[in-house]
Amino acid sequence: MAEHYKIAIIGSGPAGLSAAAHAAELGVSHILFERAKQYSDTIYKFQKRKHVMAAPETLPLRSDLPFKESSREEILGGWADGMGARASNVRMGTEVTGITGQKGAFKIATKGGEEFTAEAVILSIGVQGNLRQLGVPGDNWERVQYQLDDPDEYQNENIIIVGGGDAGIENALALSVGNNVSIVNNQAEFAYAKPANRALILAAIKEGTIQGIMSANAKQVEPGLMTLSVPDGEIQVKCDRIIARIGALPPRKFVESCGIQFSSPAPTAFPHVSDTYESNVPGMYIVGALAGYPLIKQCMNQGYEVVEYILGNNIPPADEPLIQAKLDHIKPAINPSRLIELIRERLPVYKVLTTLQIREMLLGSEIHFKKPGEVIFARNDYTNSFWSIIDGQADIQINPTNPAEVVTLQPGQFFGEMGLISGRRRTATTVARTDCLLLEVPRNSMIRLQRSVPEVKRVIDEVAIIRQIKTYLTPTVDDAALSEVVASSEIVALKPGEVLIQEGTDDDSVFLIRSGSVTVSSTIGGQEVVLAYLPAGNYVGEMALLTKQHRSATVKAAVASEAIKINSTAFRALLDRAPDLMKQVKGKLETRMRERVQVEARPEDTGLIEFLLRQGFSEATDVLLIDESLCVRCDNCEKACAETHHGVSRLTREAGPTFDSVHVPTSCRHCEHPHCMKDCPPDAIRRAPNGEVFIGDNCIGCGNCERNCPYGVIHMAAVPAEKPSLLNWLLWGAGPGPGEDKSEAGMNARTGSKHATKCDMCKDDPAGPACVRSCPTGAAIRVNPEQFLNFLREQGR
Amino acid sequence: MSDRAGTANTPMRAHGGADHHESFLVYRKFKWLKIAALLSLVCFIAYLVHQPKDIPNGGTWLGYTLGGTGAALIVWLTWFGYRKRAYSSGAGRVQAWLSAHVYLGLALVVVATLHSGFRFAWNIHTFTYCLVLIVVASGIFGVFTYARYPSLMTANRRGLTTAQMMANIGAIDAELRTAASSLGDKLAALVVKATQETKVGGGVWEQLRGRPRYCGTDEAARELQTVLRQDLGAEEHEARKLMVLLTRKSQMLAQMRRDIQYKAMMDIWLYVHVPLAIALVVALATHVFAVFFY
Ligand SMILES: Cc1cc2nc3c(=O)[nH]c(=O)nc-3n(C[C@H](O)[C@H](O)[C@H](O)COP(=O)(O)OP(=O)(O)OC[C@H]3O[C@@H](n4cnc5c(N)ncnc54)[C@H](O)[C@@H]3O)c2cc1C
Ligand code: HEM
Ligand code: SF4
Ligand code: SF4
Ligand code: SF4
Repeated sequence: MAEHYKIAIIGSGPAGLSAAAHAAELGVSHILFERAKQYSDTIYKFQKRKHVMAAPETLPLRSDLPFKESSREEILGGWADGMGARASNVRMGTEVTGITGQKGAFKIATKGGEEFTAEAVILSIGVQGNLRQLGVPGDNWERVQYQLDDPDEYQNENIIIVGGGDAGIENALALSVGNNVSIVNNQAEFAYAKPANRALILAAIKEGTIQGIMSANAKQVEPGLMTLSVPDGEIQVKCDRIIARIGALPPRKFVESCGIQFSSPAPTAFPHVSDTYESNVPGMYIVGALAGYPLIKQCMNQGYEVVEYILGNNIPPADEPLIQAKLDHIKPAINPSRLIELIRERLPVYKVLTTLQIREMLLGSEIHFKKPGEVIFARNDYTNSFWSIIDGQADIQINPTNPAEVVTLQPGQFFGEMGLISGRRRTATTVARTDCLLLEVPRNSMIRLQRSVPEVKRVIDEVAIIRQIKTYLTPTVDDAALSEVVASSEIVALKPGEVLIQEGTDDDSVFLIRSGSVTVSSTIGGQEVVLAYLPAGNYVGEMALLTKQHRSATVKAAVASEAIKINSTAFRALLDRAPDLMKQVKGKLETRMRERVQVEARPEDTGLIEFLLRQGFSEATDVLLIDESLCVRCDNCEKACAETHHGVSRLTREAGPTFDSVHVPTSCRHCEHPHCMKDCPPDAIRRAPNGEVFIGDNCIGCGNCERNCPYGVIHMAAVPAEKPSLLNWLLWGAGPGPGEDKSEAGMNARTGSKHATKCDMCKDDPAGPACVRSCPTGAAIRVNPEQFLNFLREQGR
Repeated sequence: MSDRAGTANTPMRAHGGADHHESFLVYRKFKWLKIAALLSLVCFIAYLVHQPKDIPNGGTWLGYTLGGTGAALIVWLTWFGYRKRAYSSGAGRVQAWLSAHVYLGLALVVVATLHSGFRFAWNIHTFTYCLVLIVVASGIFGVFTYARYPSLMTANRRGLTTAQMMANIGAIDAELRTAASSLGDKLAALVVKATQETKVGGGVWEQLRGRPRYCGTDEAARELQTVLRQDLGAEEHEARKLMVLLTRKSQMLAQMRRDIQYKAMMDIWLYVHVPLAIALVVALATHVFAVFFY
């Protein structure tokens, strides 16, 4: 007979542990399963003495276990003590492999073959998943490992690294000093690695410091020998150690096997949960990172709350005071539940959200009250939050030269979606027309919502398409003339490198690029030559339509992009009705054909442009470029950056690739859609009003952004010592001098506290980027990619 | 190459003025060259027009004006050392400062020469004047190195960073050591020489020359060359392989040493320029003191 409990909790992270502690506190029968040999495996694996942050600071903690900002050791110790003091029923080293049954009678199976039953299940297994194993005969050899803590531990060994991703490459490079390293990649290229890593590993293989075994798969392991299958048979490689870095298996499969549905097939999706954290399977609850709440404090609160909800107690959410605080300045007074009601009633975008989702969204959002005539945002501002009108009216000034030309928006309508979608500057100034009550949701919350609730994206896109066609193509055409075009349009999402238009084909739709950017290329003399680079806001494909010929060039996404596909017949009809547009389109067509002839005459000239596009120009808003024929390698740029940024330089002058004499050092590109923002638990990475992407003080040091930035510009660094004044150093030699790194000696009193650091464009300094200002020769400049490419075109390069 | 429509992604802020690369010599269409030339011209004409009671010298009103201008220039030129390190200063780009520094520094020669009225003697005054000339000469040499070496350095690097060059050399050393384990004593001794008696960098002189007085790797390669001429029997094959490794290492060392040499050339003159500039300020003070108090 299986043991029976009221609540089964799977996973002892902060969420599960807090749930178990509360169940124990209330004396509810429960059991906690943990796969690892200790509590909270994710936090246990943090770097030793890591300083753990308690973001969001203002959120009160609601748990029977203690938690405040301190070291990993202290936190884990506090939890162990807290659990020890309670009669909790815990199964360590027990992995749950399956959950079946329904509310009131769930069956829980473990890897050891045991079975338990429970009335309700709390899933709190986080998102870390299982490290993928080699899965070939002999992989239980004690020298097969899946992690590398300290590369210096190994010397003079033959080491095989399996896996051509970033982790594998980084390990291989680190170990290649002092060891004989081979890297096994199951593909012919290192396609999944960051460009920086790819360049390094290819150089190392070329130089012979690392042996590259490509298109190879593990077949068998014997102590000291690994067999690999390669395209032309099998090879055997001697080894003293095998390190497999082949990723982690996300827990999704397991979760789905329990009957739980995710909000979309995208790998970034989370399961949908109700206001009481209940999944689509009644009686099965999901809390913590798996439900999309990645901060420890949130996890702990949810663990506590979910136990209450299971017991049928409808306690008020812990964030109530935080949301109330955002409403304090609104007159007449309004309370959070009334606000949530209003949002649901009036704003179609948020209609389908659960109260939990709306509350989460509100935590990061602002409620504004604006007087008539007050500017909400101005054209060319670099903000990309998303606004909705709860009450009142707002005017969008559609003609930059005549502020009187406006479109008036009513309660329930939204604006600001263009910046959100394109990642670019605001296209129009918006002003309050009457007294307005407005909801401003930051970009990151909006992106997350669109990701987890497809309906939100659908509602926004429906309106956005019309507005984008109007703004980018035909500000002067009236809505009636556009209706046919809009009705026949659809959104096409493109992965980096995906082909939108193939040269030589017959299709003749026109595409409007609404986010990202594309390159137009053609095969000239057997070589693919880039003819043009088009960022968001441009259209392509008009040539085939107007000339009635095959596609004359290939159009490819330079980065992840979205285009609006417009049906050719509808577009043709629109052109006939709008002579202005016709003139403009024809004019552009002529310029493009002229440019094409130029490029065809000298295809080799586009090399620099292609190089720059590969270095992120296609998604950057600002790039540091060094002209190596001027750079005297004085490193004044780095020193200046360090000096103005707590002693840590945010650029590495020497690193990064060079073409001709144009060098792209490792420094932030301030991307339109910054990859680094994607997985930042406390949303610490933001965009300043002028466009600078920067990392706020609430960074918890998790290192996600460092991994997500494809250009390798983020570094985890300790906060260093204060410096003496410059004259003090010049005259008396006091303390560390300009550019001298004292991060080791002066490391913050909070030992082990590391934060993500990157270029912030010197946003707080009115004089502009210190690196550029300090370069004595004019070698270092920061450029806007579009302007720089225009400059190159004018130069005929 | 890029079309711009509705959403111009206009730059964030003034980037300090430049949207493409421009050398400090060219800065703003030779703005400071023009100013410096104008200053020199004005001084020169004044000098020609001026009819002193005495022969031209520092003691006339023009002499004092020229002297004052020269002294101000010297103090300001030296102040550049401070500005260069005042990283958070908003007072213009360092590039603009250097452009002005170079051209006004050259104009100083005109100003100082006219100020002297071509009267030279063995005294503190002429000594100060000579210092001006030496500092300016070293500055001119500096500009020459700044114009010449950056491109050579890029070409020589072939895309590698210092760390990568070092790592490559380290990797060859590892290969050499592995190879040595299966070699006879004589050849193994060469490997020891190549791996243990080779260094890069070294003293100032060695850096500037671009090669050390003695290099274990080059020496080992040379000796191996002679050894290879003899009949080696079974070891012949191993020795040839060793030769390939040593040659590769030699090439990498040469590349690395050239890199260091170029950098040293761009650095070395500052060790003359700066101390003498400071000496010049001291001499200037003495010169002024001497004029007014004796
Ligand atoms: C490097 C790093 C630094 C971070 N720093 C901070 C910080 O400073 N502040 C902060 O607030 N957040 C931080 N975070 C985020 C935070 O650690 C996580 O979001 C949080 O731990 C998630 O808690 P959880 O309870 O949902 O899941 P987890 O903590 O991941 O716990 C899941 C547990 O379930 C177990 N488990 C999984 N599958 C099974 C199974 N089938 N059967 C049994 N047990 C299973 C696992 O072993 C694990 O112990 C950081 C994250 C990382 C990676
Ligand atoms: C008497 C006149 C001059 C004085 C007192 C003077 C002084 C200085 C000083 C103090 C520095 C700072 C160096 C440092 O701190 O790193 C400097 C740098 C420099 N000077 Fe001069 N200088 C003079 C004339 C010139 C002239 C005529 C030239 C060129 C033709 C010149 C070229 C340079 C250059 C290229 C630098 C280096 C800039 C850098 O790389 O940071 N100087 N000078
Ligand atoms: S840090 Fe962010 S914004 Fe900067 S280059 Fe990397 S991904 Fe882009
Ligand atoms: S712009 Fe500022 S923060 Fe960015 S690299 Fe330059 S000095 Fe550093
Ligand atoms: S400050 Fe300018 S010259 Fe000096 S290293 Fe940087 S880019 Fe090169």
